[in-house]
Amino acid sequence: MTVARFSPLQRLVHWVMAACILAMLFIGVGMVSTISARYLTLVSIHKPLGIAILVLALLRLVLRLRRGAPPLPADLPEPMKLAAHLSHLVLYGLMFAMPLLGWAMLSAEGYPVVLFDGLRLPPILPQNLELYALLRGAHGYLAYAFFAVILLHLGAALFHALVRRDGVFEAMAPVPTRALD
Amino acid sequence: MQPPSTPHFRLGAFAVIAGVLCGATAAFAYTAGWLSPGRLSREKVVGALSPPGGPAPGHRRNHVKGICFTGTFEANGAGAALSRARLLAAGAYPVIGRLNLGTAAISEPDAKARVRGLSLQILGPDGSEWRTGMITPPFFPVSTPEAFYALLQASASKEPGAMPAFAAAHPEIAAFGAWAGSAPWTGSYAEERYNGINAFVFTDAGGSDHVVRWSMRPAAQPVPVPPDHLATRAPDFLNQEIRTRLAAGPVRWTMALTVAEPGDPVDDPSKAWPEGRRTIDVGTLTIQALQEEADGPCRDVNYDPTVLPDGIRTSADPFPAARSSAYALSYRRRAAEAGSYPHTAPGARP
Repeated sequence: MTVARFSPLQRLVHWVMAACILAMLFIGVGMVSTISARYLTLVSIHKPLGIAILVLALLRLVLRLRRGAPPLPADLPEPMKLAAHLSHLVLYGLMFAMPLLGWAMLSAEGYPVVLFDGLRLPPILPQNLELYALLRGAHGYLAYAFFAVILLHLGAALFHALVRRDGVFEAMAPVPTRALD
Repeated sequence: MQPPSTPHFRLGAFAVIAGVLCGATAAFAYTAGWLSPGRLSREKVVGALSPPGGPAPGHRRNHVKGICFTGTFEANGAGAALSRARLLAAGAYPVIGRLNLGTAAISEPDAKARVRGLSLQILGPDGSEWRTGMITPPFFPVSTPEAFYALLQASASKEPGAMPAFAAAHPEIAAFGAWAGSAPWTGSYAEERYNGINAFVFTDAGGSDHVVRWSMRPAAQPVPVPPDHLATRAPDFLNQEIRTRLAAGPVRWTMALTVAEPGDPVDDPSKAWPEGRRTIDVGTLTIQALQEEADGPCRDVNYDPTVLPDGIRTSADPFPAARSSAYALSYRRRAAEAGSYPHTAPGARP
């Protein structure tokens, strides 16, 4: 049986981003939990990794618009189809929103956005304390929401792989197509 | 592909899914510290700083009283021997600063604050920035952030034995006690020497590292004033005094860098380095104008000591990381309460 799959580049970007975003969420909750020297190390990874995710998200959106996605199985119940589309929309939204919120909140704080020694990004907002409070709150709460949606996504992927066995997981599986035959 | 098989198999599949999701959630919760109540969080430290009546909404959680100023840092270029930082190359750089008191209680009169502070944000033409918060003692009361938290708990404790027990466990506090008991008080922010306390690594143009602490030495001659005399002055006398002084003439400090030698306690801000260490005067700070904090440019600045120009970085001293983390929480909380500390028309604030 031939499975309709995402293109190899789309699969590669998906799994690279999966690793980056999970690492990012763990770094984020880890860094705000500590005052040890690890704090600065984690913050210094958090910023460049966030911008890397933003760039990958752009690449991914272009790929998705150009190459599309394999159709969901025809026998998948409508509510599950709807949930799949909505959750993907939310995941795309958060992939863009989280790095932009982080960049914007540091801008509103008037805090330098330094990616590496000597590489500084310009502010994307003027300094404004009230705006900072809003953006900082959103960045934190949406991070928890992001993790929750990723858990749903992971649970659904495993449900397709192990219970329904309907080819949906295989469409994005990190293995070459010949391995599925 | 296999068709979905027996209910027995499906139960196993659901168990695998549940196991993966629970494991991921547990790892996340562990990383966030939710399973480790013993971890020293910034919430604990900032909470322990809270004065008996609670923090003043919209204000900094420590060093709560202060006055803003704008000024200039004129680097003489001598600092280039230690760091390639643009802000140490000869030139004049704008500064947004804050003179402040080392207390978390906004109602405390100026005369009661044993520790005074000076915070600076020096801005380079290339976008580089140097933020620092300095205090009047020549060293910190304790060696580690954990000991600082224990000190806050002990000093807030109603147990009569709490402070003696703390001092027994942290003998380094004795030097600070001696300083607090013997160092002269002055009647002016301008007569104080402010010390950076923490050590940072300076990298010169050749790539060599030097561990450095810095200080701001006052141009004004310190005039000792007994604390009971200060107690008779107005509660905000330091703000009034610095305004009067600036109207009469310039207010200046000289920035001095002190270089550690091998074996010096670079990771322990409670230990002064031995006398005679190489010291370089690298520039002059001049105040040009003062502003009430409510409307001043320092108000919304987080004086995070880890905002450093290229050529200066943090060292083995554990405090800058702890301060950066705790200041971020203080900033977040006061930002969320900004409405409680409204801007006022200049001069309208009582």
